Amino acid sequence: MLTLRTYAVLLALVLMPAVAQARSEGTDPLSYSGPAWSPYVVGALIGVLVCLTLLLSNKPVGASTAYARVAGMLGKLVAPRHTESLKYFQDEKPKVDWEVMFVLGAVGGAFLAAWHGSELTGEWLPPMWTARFGANSLPLRLATVFGGGAFMAFGARMAGGCTSGHGISGALQLSVGSWIALICFFLGGMAVALPMYRL
Amino acid sequence: MTPKELVQESIAVAEPPLPKADLPKPSPPEKLQATQLVLGVLLGIVFGVLLQKGGVAKYHILIGALLLEDFTVMKVMLTAIVVGMVGVLTLHHWGLIQLHIKPTRYAANIIGGLLFGVGFGLMAYCPGTGAAAVGQGNFDALFGVVGLVAGSYLFAEASGVLQRTVNTWGDRGKITLADLFHVRRVPFAAVFVPVLVLVLVALEMFTTR
Repeated sequence: MLTLRTYAVLLALVLMPAVAQARSEGTDPLSYSGPAWSPYVVGALIGVLVCLTLLLSNKPVGASTAYARVAGMLGKLVAPRHTESLKYFQDEKPKVDWEVMFVLGAVGGAFLAAWHGSELTGEWLPPMWTARFGANSLPLRLATVFGGGAFMAFGARMAGGCTSGHGISGALQLSVGSWIALICFFLGGMAVALPMYRL
Repeated sequence: MTPKELVQESIAVAEPPLPKADLPKPSPPEKLQATQLVLGVLLGIVFGVLLQKGGVAKYHILIGALLLEDFTVMKVMLTAIVVGMVGVLTLHHWGLIQLHIKPTRYAANIIGGLLFGVGFGLMAYCPGTGAAAVGQGNFDALFGVVGLVAGSYLFAEASGVLQRTVNTWGDRGKITLADLFHVRRVPFAAVFVPVLVLVLVALEMFTTR
């Protein structure tokens, strides 16, 4: 004789694929808007931009260092002596420098571009995330993004750069470490994103 | 006349004007620094415009890259590498720029790269595209910025130990792919660039986006 409990388990088993499917609707990245400009045009212009930053500022394009500068400046406000005792901040003095200005500029540039193309999102949850994790998943998303950011910055500093610094500037100068890091960025990312969306 | 002007006047009287060549230049380091900060913002704005227009500030395009379903990110990056490689090597050949080759440390590149990747999968944004995502209005990226700052500080905490351990494992210095094949950079690029272009052609032929 089937008890109520077994019924519940059976019902859940029958419903599970249906629930999973319903949740997976909208998790096809190609069902959302593509890039406004051709990726080849954008890529070529980024290549030119790297030449310009080297010519005008003697700097390769990079983004992750800016966050470390800000971390050091905040650290100096809260715990100045401890922050100054740390090896990294002794080698790399925390201050508002070219890198920080570059990343601030990128925020502004993206705003202008999105505004120009009527692509300003103004949303807390990306639609594809909502399709997978539900509309009530804001705390989960914010925790994921915060933790992800921490992992990413730690990894970037250890590897010596990020998707811009290693992936573009380093790779185009043929640095062996940059190509290794770039491959590892994508391997690590796939190892997390595939189970998140395709299991 | 204010006291300050009086002092200046007396100096001017006391010291005859120096020949022009001996005049101290108006503090070039500070002025240069300010110019560079302004240049940083301007070049950053261009970078932000390109990232947003290239679609790589969008969550679904970045996650799509990691799911191997949307190849926009690969197309942008590979094209940037090809064009940048030709441009940078040419400018360097003409003596107009210095190269900034990042050091190769096998263990740090691999472990750090994989840790970065874990963050990449969780967040989808990266340090550059995250800034662009904030500008575009993806508010979740703001928490990513906070996480990136926190992670940077955490790394600084560990930097002393890491420098004595991980950084020394497989430390090869500033080697390039050309060095691995015992050829010079320019001939190497002359072969490598067409290979990368072929990859781009294949991507264009076999992917929807």
